[in-house]
Amino acid sequence: NTTVICGIKAELANPTVEAPGKGYIVPNVDLPPLCSSRFRPGPPGEQAQAASQFIADVIESSEVIQAEDLCIERGKLCWVLYCDLMCLDYDGNVLDACVIALLAALKNTQLPEVTVNTETCTPVVNLEKRHGLNIHKHPVGASFCVFDDSILLVDPTAEEESLLTSQLTVVTDEAARLCAVHKPGGTSLSGEKLQECISRATVRQKEIQKLIDKVIHSVKTSQ
Amino acid sequence: MTSLISDEQILLFSGSMMEVCGSSKVTLREFGCEQSLLSRPDGSASFIQGETSVLAAAYGPAEVKVSKEIYDRATLEVLIQPKVGLPSVRERSREQYVRETCEASLLLSLHPRSSLTLILQVLHDDGSLLSCFLNAACMALMDAGLPMSCLFCGVTCAIDTDGQIITDPTAAQEKESRALMTFAIDSKERRVMMSSTKGSFSVPELQQCIAVSQKASEKIFQFYRDSVRRRYSKNL
Repeated sequence: NTTVICGIKAELANPTVEAPGKGYIVPNVDLPPLCSSRFRPGPPGEQAQAASQFIADVIESSEVIQAEDLCIERGKLCWVLYCDLMCLDYDGNVLDACVIALLAALKNTQLPEVTVNTETCTPVVNLEKRHGLNIHKHPVGASFCVFDDSILLVDPTAEEESLLTSQLTVVTDEAARLCAVHKPGGTSLSGEKLQECISRATVRQKEIQKLIDKVIHSVKTSQ
Repeated sequence: MTSLISDEQILLFSGSMMEVCGSSKVTLREFGCEQSLLSRPDGSASFIQGETSVLAAAYGPAEVKVSKEIYDRATLEVLIQPKVGLPSVRERSREQYVRETCEASLLLSLHPRSSLTLILQVLHDDGSLLSCFLNAACMALMDAGLPMSCLFCGVTCAIDTDGQIITDPTAAQEKESRALMTFAIDSKERRVMMSSTKGSFSVPELQQCIAVSQKASEKIFQFYRDSVRRRYSKNL
């Protein structure tokens, strides 16, 4: 029942001095009190901050978008993509839902063409001409939870999450390369179990990618 | 007042070359530890790996805030203080890693409705910071005398562009690497308690890194044993 909505906001900004040829992506995961009684209003809690950091790490390590693609003019102008992920209904496994929502939203993003006027040095935005983002990889996460060191459960619900002893999230892309093996502590896991999780994650990646492609296709045809 | 460094214990372990998995070699930078160096906390330790250095202090079991009270076990709080500025989202995620690893090894149900606080202060960051946090945390918890089911240690591995595995990389090696992984290994069965990765890599590479980390963990556990033994043989 977990529902996550992802909105992508694009803004023009100056690139940083350290990386003049790169744009940047800023993910933010919000777990508002609306989605579950376990979250209190106020500044984001530890879980939301850890999730934001996890999403940022996934974007960086999977290279879903090359930061160079977001550059418009080297050292002067680049795109900043703010990816806001808002959880509407929290029923466990929010990380997987966030990764899928992010990927689907990025595939759906259309950026307008921007040229820099050489005389006035101001950006000119051509809203008629839009193009999609260049998505290099399709990372998809698969979460598992471990009970009593032996029982593995795929895609835990909120109730299962409150009882588990350890959690594991594996993110893979279409070439079966691992982008993240996120296991924040908990009881230890043997090599065989880990291998089992990884092979299950690769199967899931294929399923999810098919699903996203189908949805994007249906959106395009209906327009 | 007793001197702050009265029962100081400095042990240095020089990383020697060791053969594992055929060609790859496990080399750790020189590492050292000092326990009970602060007088106020219930347990403290500083852990040094090469140039990276972390100071850890553990408080507890103490009284807990009602809002954070858990009726059947102790509440563990981990706070990471960066060298400059306020803790950011990155520190928060590292806090989560350290906290959940400690929660798994500590016997928290022995102290219900109480609080344990672990403070980790970065003194210098030269790569492998997360593994240094874990090692310092484990040493501080040991120093505080908290009951634990097993010990744990952190090992960071980097895969460089040629596919070579470097254990305990420096900040410069981390920057050049293709992938970076940190594991927490338990002392009982040498299994993976925590894993945090950056960059993309294949499944065999992951398995190899785990194997290398398990080898490296033996050195660290031996060091834990030696340092505690030396400390108590001096005191008694």
